[in-house]
Amino acid sequence: MEKRVRVLVAKPGLDGHDRGAKVVARALRDAGFEVIYTGLRQTPEQIAEAALQEDVNVIAMSILSGAHPHLFPKVVNLVKEKGMDDVLIIGGGVIPDSDIPALKAAGLAEVFTPGTTTSAIVEFIKANVK
Amino acid sequence: MDIAKEVLNGSRLALSRAITAVENEHDDAVDIMKKLYPHTGRAFVLGITGPPGAGKSTLTDKLAKEFRNRGKTVGIVAVDPTSPFSGGAILGDRIRMNELTLDEGVFIRSMGTRGSLGGLSRKTAEAVKIMDAFGKDVIFIETVGVGQSEVDIVSAADTTLVVLVPGLGDDIQAIKAGILEIGDVFAINKADREGADKLNIELNMMLDLDGNMNKQWRPPIKQTIAHQNEGVIELLETLEEHYEQLKSTGQLTTRRTERTKNELLNILKNEIGNYVLGKITESGQFDKLVKDVEGRMDDPYSVVNNIIKDMLK
Repeated sequence: MEKRVRVLVAKPGLDGHDRGAKVVARALRDAGFEVIYTGLRQTPEQIAEAALQEDVNVIAMSILSGAHPHLFPKVVNLVKEKGMDDVLIIGGGVIPDSDIPALKAAGLAEVFTPGTTTSAIVEFIKANVK
Repeated sequence: MDIAKEVLNGSRLALSRAITAVENEHDDAVDIMKKLYPHTGRAFVLGITGPPGAGKSTLTDKLAKEFRNRGKTVGIVAVDPTSPFSGGAILGDRIRMNELTLDEGVFIRSMGTRGSLGGLSRKTAEAVKIMDAFGKDVIFIETVGVGQSEVDIVSAADTTLVVLVPGLGDDIQAIKAGILEIGDVFAINKADREGADKLNIELNMMLDLDGNMNKQWRPPIKQTIAHQNEGVIELLETLEEHYEQLKSTGQLTTRRTERTKNELLNILKNEIGNYVLGKITESGQFDKLVKDVEGRMDDPYSVVNNIIKDMLK
């Protein structure tokens, strides 16, 4: 039986900068994960549905626009509504430390802010993926 | 949950989980396929292949939308390469298909090749069957960007569309063997670029040399500009025409019989291989045989003959 970790990398909301998301996607690929990259300007509905169709183990989202308090929790709820209870959902981007406790309370497993190494993200996924 | 039953009841989550079970060879995979198999064989399976960057994903997106306009439900299996070094992959075909994500009549699944070299993933055929049993009318298989010889798509699809773009080579490319031989329909995408007419002429010459005059179907060549949705309707109608032609001439049955035969042989080879390997490794015999062959005390042909004589009496 083969287990291969599948990760959806998505950019919710309207900011148009995906360099960071691409760097993370590449690092996850090199760590042996299958990365489904969906690109810019995704709605929470699109992310949740893509996660269902791809049966991913992890959703990794990046936001630089400041819309994270609204968009991250929405994705968490939509994913649960679809019956996927075992998905590890993580976020990253320009996110003030003061926002992080609320995001974690809303169901995000971890939030990665600027300066995080890609290997820290890889290690976190390996340690926490179900 | 009984995944197979849920798939047949129309659960998208079950459909997704079933593909994972098969792709990762979970214990219940064979059982799921057994239950779904009687419900397969109804969908029109359309293969889309061509070099990287030719526009396969964009064309798939547009064709899928047009099938949806015509009331058909659509499944898409999109294959991208797995890294031979890390085993990881970037599966990026969905980027071109984002508008389809929220259409409930469409289901898209990305797959990594995971070591398979023919342009498909190891379990593409099974993913197609699961979508077929789910009730999808049309199922696209989008291959990895291919070079010249990744032609597994032929045995997996009913109709194969080869997507080409101008400017990739001179006319000697057109007479080589490989992917140019497998097209039932050709699309010259990005047809607004220089060289589209020349490519058209070269493909036509190639098809003339094939002795297509006497064949029932001469692969048509259509020009498209996928991102502007140009030529898509005409292309779709040509693809349907080919499928109708396959049905009316009995070729569809021939192709599918061939597919069933290969499928059966593959499963048989696999199972026998696993069975035999299990027996000889269990008894510790295998390592000794390898040593014998390596030391030239025996040859691999006699070794295999003896194993088979022993085991399959």
